[in-house]
Amino acid sequence: MKKIISAVLLIAALSGGAAAGYFIPEEFSIEFMLICVMGALLAAGIILFLLFYAKGVSQTAEGFKKYRYLLGNLISRDLKVKYRRSFLGFLWSILNPLLMALVINAVFSRIFRFEIDYFIVYYLSGSLIFNFMVEATSGSLTSVINASSLIKKVYIPKYIFPLEKCLFAFVNMLFSSVALIVVILIVRMPVHLTAFLFFFPMLCTLVFSLGLSLILSSVNVFFRDVGHLYSVWTVAWMYLTPVIYPAEALPEKFAPIMHMNPMYHYVTYFRDVIMYGRIPDLNAHLICVLFALVFLAAGLAIFKKQQDRFILYI
Amino acid sequence: MDNIIELRDVSMRFNMSKERVDSIKEYLIKLAKRQLQFEEFYALKNINLSIKPGEVVGIVGLNGSGKSTMLKVISGILKPSAGTARVNGSISPLIELGAGFDFDLTARENVFLNGSVLGFSKQTMTEKMDEIIDFAELRDFMDVAIKNYSSGMVARLGFSIATITHPDILIVDEILSVGDFLFQQKCEKRIADMMSGGTTVIIVSHSLAQIERLCNRVIWLSKGNIIMDGPTTEVCEKYKLTAGQAAE
Repeated sequence: MKKIISAVLLIAALSGGAAAGYFIPEEFSIEFMLICVMGALLAAGIILFLLFYAKGVSQTAEGFKKYRYLLGNLISRDLKVKYRRSFLGFLWSILNPLLMALVINAVFSRIFRFEIDYFIVYYLSGSLIFNFMVEATSGSLTSVINASSLIKKVYIPKYIFPLEKCLFAFVNMLFSSVALIVVILIVRMPVHLTAFLFFFPMLCTLVFSLGLSLILSSVNVFFRDVGHLYSVWTVAWMYLTPVIYPAEALPEKFAPIMHMNPMYHYVTYFRDVIMYGRIPDLNAHLICVLFALVFLAAGLAIFKKQQDRFILYI
Repeated sequence: MDNIIELRDVSMRFNMSKERVDSIKEYLIKLAKRQLQFEEFYALKNINLSIKPGEVVGIVGLNGSGKSTMLKVISGILKPSAGTARVNGSISPLIELGAGFDFDLTARENVFLNGSVLGFSKQTMTEKMDEIIDFAELRDFMDVAIKNYSSGMVARLGFSIATITHPDILIVDEILSVGDFLFQQKCEKRIADMMSGGTTVIIVSHSLAQIERLCNRVIWLSKGNIIMDGPTTEVCEKYKLTAGQAAE
């Protein structure tokens, strides 16, 4: 019964959203269609949740309260382990993107010339957001498997592990943003007041990454192929996202694919407020938020459904 | 009085696939060939059990009788494939000492990490730090990474963290066999203290002498079924008799 209701609701949402996106605006716009479809999906998800799962929420919240110290301790353990025995320690979080940007800058401003002002800032701002997502998701990918010794011996809510990896990557990104600030100061790029909106794309990317991480980490328990495939996919994904090249460099026919890519929207939003002093329009905000929430909802649903079986496979 | 632990019709089923299927390719091939057959194995079969607060329950049985599975179901690590397990109260599971230790961190850092695995705040652990160190007798080694510890030292630290607060339920799986006999005595004394403080204790042990010393109720498991459940002396005598016959 549950399955039938869910299937009907999801199909109705998808077709309703697609129809709304196709018929209402005067000229076909892929952005508007995306918003309609994702909005409808999210609405269907919320209805399903209210119908079937709402009563478990208070218990989950209590569990989270009890294990928030664990979350903090795991993050600080990861930080300690990452920087132990290195002479410069935490400085590497700043130095690493800085040096990487110098290399990319040397290659791309001499060999392949793009008409971009402040190319090094362009690259660094894009890679900051994109690499954060990659670090969060690939860290989470193996997080449940790596925690097997813990999961087998004590009860811990299992979503703690992907959540921890995402927050750990978030902390690292905050360190790395110092590199971006340093570079902006060095090349004397004019900074606008809109730069204060930087947190919006960062938070959206965090929520999006968490959703994707929940999906990846649970699927990877059953099929370890995912891990191998994902590292290839992230490379392809980076070239589908305008991190190194300007978005305009891509042929017109790829535009719809580009718009389906959530990272395109996050990276573009981030650059708009940091580099160009523009506040993106309402559509851009909606797309950013909807991508994040749809992935989070899907991730939570898949993870919740599979989590009791993890222990039998790790 | 209300039961603190209640298992109703609990069964735990494992699918034993003959080979592990870990990749999509294998899965699809097996699926196409219709070779995806599992052998079902019941580690627990329709267990009904209720334990009242303050009871000290021993679980005996041969290897593979489902003792550890039962403890894991009670402590919430495994979710039963059928039936319900209800627990009212906090649990300190000593299924393996030092679960969640990171061997690269120092003992002091691990106290906080392991404490939070059990759900204790940093503040609680700071307050109890001295007590933990004294009980584990590791004062000189607290800032050493525990990969340099001996297994006995790790076990001592794990035991003293897990028993530092007074949980409603203490679950002990075969761990009292670690450490030298002096430390074993110390552990037993601490468990006895907790028992007199009203903590419910569940002990799995192959040492019948230990069970007879500590428990006031014993459950005898065999192949996932409860064979006998009653006062310590009765069950232990019967168990010894049957196990003795089986050995001959």
